[in-house]
Amino acid sequence: MIKNKYLILRRITQITILFLYFSATYFGWKILVGNLSFSKLFNTIPLADPYAVLQMIFAGAVISSNLIIGALIIIAFYGIIGGRAYCSWVCPVNMITDLAAWVRRKTHHEKDNLISAIKIRKFRYFFLVVLLILSAIVGTAAFEFISPIGLFTRAIAFSVGFAWVWLLAIFLFDAFILRNGWCGHICPVGAMYSVIGSKSIIRVYHDKEKCTNCGSCLEICPENQVLSPIIHKKSSFINGIECTNCGRCIEVCNDNALKFSLRYIIKQKGEENEKINAN
Amino acid sequence: MDRRNFLTSAIQATATAVVAGSVVGAFVEENKNKPLTLRPPGALKEEEFLKTCIRCGLCVEACKNRENKFVEDGKEIQTLFLAAPGDNAPIGTPYFIARTGPCFMCDNMPCVYACPTGALTPEMCKNEKGEVSIDYAKMGVAVIDPSSCIAFWGLQCTACYRACPEMDKAITIEWKKNERTGKHAYRIPVVHEEACTGCGMCEHACVTEKPAIKVFPRDVFLGKAGDRYVKGWDKKDEERIKNASTNTKTITPRSKKSAIQNLNEGVNWDD
Repeated sequence: MIKNKYLILRRITQITILFLYFSATYFGWKILVGNLSFSKLFNTIPLADPYAVLQMIFAGAVISSNLIIGALIIIAFYGIIGGRAYCSWVCPVNMITDLAAWVRRKTHHEKDNLISAIKIRKFRYFFLVVLLILSAIVGTAAFEFISPIGLFTRAIAFSVGFAWVWLLAIFLFDAFILRNGWCGHICPVGAMYSVIGSKSIIRVYHDKEKCTNCGSCLEICPENQVLSPIIHKKSSFINGIECTNCGRCIEVCNDNALKFSLRYIIKQKGEENEKINAN
Repeated sequence: MDRRNFLTSAIQATATAVVAGSVVGAFVEENKNKPLTLRPPGALKEEEFLKTCIRCGLCVEACKNRENKFVEDGKEIQTLFLAAPGDNAPIGTPYFIARTGPCFMCDNMPCVYACPTGALTPEMCKNEKGEVSIDYAKMGVAVIDPSSCIAFWGLQCTACYRACPEMDKAITIEWKKNERTGKHAYRIPVVHEEACTGCGMCEHACVTEKPAIKVFPRDVFLGKAGDRYVKGWDKKDEERIKNASTNTKTITPRSKKSAIQNLNEGVNWDD
């Protein structure tokens, strides 16, 4: 087994998606046209960002059937299969924040936090709601004006402008101000996918019997509040809704105590899932 | 976590989100008000457009890979762009710059039909009979600056007239005697807004260093006479008088008195 196979696969999907957007504009390929707010797959299937559509509803737009179908496809896909896989397998900003997390691991000690991290993990849900209200006030989808996801994909598929400034700011914020600052605390799109994927099937499973409590997974996990109640405490699926299914914990575990599995479908030995609570 | 702690952190998180939200809101308000932005054909009114556009760029892609590509000086002219930060248009929305990339008015309107949200719609490219055509698009209106237009100096030009896809409808040439020389004619371009699509071919073709004819969004340039002024010689236009408000009073302290009182004030009638 290749050591970082999930990491490599994730980079391949992220870069492939960006490349398809790029080639749609510059080579006229009709495989995946648009960007991550809305795209057309094979020139027929609409795919829409549910949070963008939700903001448009709040802004008072007339929602076309394309958007409804597109958003439902995405909600069904991540709701059943993916969980927050969008964040780690699709979103290109993840490449920036992962790089920032790597820089941070090389340069910082856990105690060097400028802002205490755990307490404000819930901020994104408040921000999500505030931006919806703001969309209603300003009469346009407010987050789309500042969304680094939109800026990044548009920079690749269309033109860059000053988008790099905002992307650099996110890198610096994550690397030197707050650990996993953007994706783990602020991004309302990630918060939206947490909610959409809260009951998803593919989940990481932890086997307590194999765990040696080395802590490698907790160190690498970008959302380690989902791991900490379970690791070395019980054999269970990682049910926390903020898990991005990135698979880094599986890769760093030398004891095979973590693996991808199917929640509800595959019954694990010694599983103690009393109930799946939304956190 | 006890209740006090829970309440405190909930209030803190809400307050932080509102602070962040108001910063975003201020930026959005500043960024969305760009009245000089030229939109693709079939765009809804700017306010509705900003609500409805999801910033996917399918129109830009359709424009870039359209059939009637236009090459100038060995370089393909790109019309539509998706606004990046710093482009002086609301971020992520499509726009064009007439001077460098005018709209070539494709008959099949690929950009309009590419739009998945209805922010660009054939409904906005209709004439009174309900026929859809790119000729009925209203992207903007051309405006001439007579001080820099060389036709107004008496020079022979007509570049805009010949570039116009709606030639003899949107731009006509008016002949006038040149009194300065006494034996030449002015050939002056005149824009007719009702036929002008705002494609910008005239601005693109204009020979002066800075274009003397420019395209502006219709809301920015066109005035409105209102219901009080009608063309009495035009039966159809005269119907507008029915909408005119009769409530046109100006109230001043003198208005309290009747007209007769006002007229007769200060006059002493002898019995």
